[in-house]
Amino acid sequence: MDRDATADVNAPHSMGTTIIGVTYNGGVILGADSRTSTGLYVANRASDKITQLTDNVYICRSGSAADSQIVSDYVRYFLHQHTIQLGQPATVKVAANLVRLLAYNNKNMLQTGIIVGGWDKYEGGKIYGIPLGGTILEQPFAIGGSGSSYLYGFFDQAWKEGMTKEEAEQLVVKAVSLAIARDGASGGVVRTVTINSEGVTRNFYPGDQLPLWHDEVEAHNSLLDILNASNPEPMST
Amino acid sequence: MSSIGTGYDLSVTTFSPDGRVFQIEYAAKAVDNSGTVVGIKCKDGIVIGVEKLIASKMMLPGSNRRIHSVHRHSGMGVAGLAADGRQIVARAKSEAHNYESTYGEPIPVKELAERVASYVHLCTLYWWLRPFGSGVILGGYDRDGPQLYMVEPSGVSYRYYGAAIGKGRQAAKTEIEKLKLSEMTCRQGVIEVAKIIYGVHDEAKDKTFELEMSWVCDESNRQHQKVPEALLEEAKAAAQAALEEMDAD
Repeated sequence: MDRDATADVNAPHSMGTTIIGVTYNGGVILGADSRTSTGLYVANRASDKITQLTDNVYICRSGSAADSQIVSDYVRYFLHQHTIQLGQPATVKVAANLVRLLAYNNKNMLQTGIIVGGWDKYEGGKIYGIPLGGTILEQPFAIGGSGSSYLYGFFDQAWKEGMTKEEAEQLVVKAVSLAIARDGASGGVVRTVTINSEGVTRNFYPGDQLPLWHDEVEAHNSLLDILNASNPEPMST
Repeated sequence: MSSIGTGYDLSVTTFSPDGRVFQIEYAAKAVDNSGTVVGIKCKDGIVIGVEKLIASKMMLPGSNRRIHSVHRHSGMGVAGLAADGRQIVARAKSEAHNYESTYGEPIPVKELAERVASYVHLCTLYWWLRPFGSGVILGGYDRDGPQLYMVEPSGVSYRYYGAAIGKGRQAAKTEIEKLKLSEMTCRQGVIEVAKIIYGVHDEAKDKTFELEMSWVCDESNRQHQKVPEALLEEAKAAAQAALEEMDAD
């Protein structure tokens, strides 16, 4: 048990992660947890894994934090130039393709799984999953990261075509919180980003407000609170 | 407005005192002396037609194509020096292919026109290159609908409802302006283009010609292709009839 105490803080930052992208009737919702770990140490318990590429396209990042950040920086740069040249917003498909080309051509060096989601006037809301090797797959919903293993069965049962925005948001939050409950590498808060014809909305669900599942125990504040309470009664036997 | 530019016309990198680059204007003359190319944008697509002057009776009909497909959704009709035109087509094909490889979607026609124009313009900037002696009419159908562009040897490119280059362009443009393009389908457009080309062909001055036509429209599934044989024959017949009617007056 001694090993657990010595976390290697110099290990590369990895986002164990649960990431989700879901289409609904009118747009897409991207969701993610917020844990970034270096080995067993949680380097950032409130990270934002949903990153903006353009006004209308966002991505969920998983795997190596460094790799996913550099890929999103490059694609943001290319998309910016493309938008200027085209004279109109880039489509989600183009954004996804640029991500895919980087992921595929550098597959030996990169270790990142990405979900691209957004809305454009030609195709509406679209989700593209780009897992490790650089495949690109357009899907009605996509899940990724270590926590996603626990969600395949859940989505098989809970997914429906043509949900409303509210239904889809609840589905995403529920799914991420289920994965957080089971996956040690996922945790913290749930962030969601909703993208549709009207624009982009960010939402935040604090970790202590997420539902408890199965045999999870309620959150404890520090026991020191008892000492600081208004009338500290000595404990009776 | 033509004048000789004695002394200022030896290089494409020389301006004349009145701000003209004569080499580019001379290149345009090469296009003006070639067989007419006409393009129109109908409500459901584009039609391109070429008056292909036949140099020799020994040439096989259908050879020496003047209209080329650039991509599934677009094509261009070429006027002027044939070899120069072939270069432009090759470059356009290459641009279209590269765009799709990088961005994962077919190149928007506007983008394609800009790239072709950029390339043609490039060759007017250096003294060791000469301007292209050909102009093209580029028609395509993308997610923003059918679009028609024309690129001139100067590198200028505009978007048109109807355009014509070559010998009979003045007369062709007059005829195009008479048409109600926004109400016309490509099927009807094909007949009109044939009539225009037969109309502007000068029997006295020029040799015989072959009519070459292509379209990209809803009926062709938004693919650029030669106008189907049956429709082409129908168009030729209608054009002949229209000519005879005019002569009979």
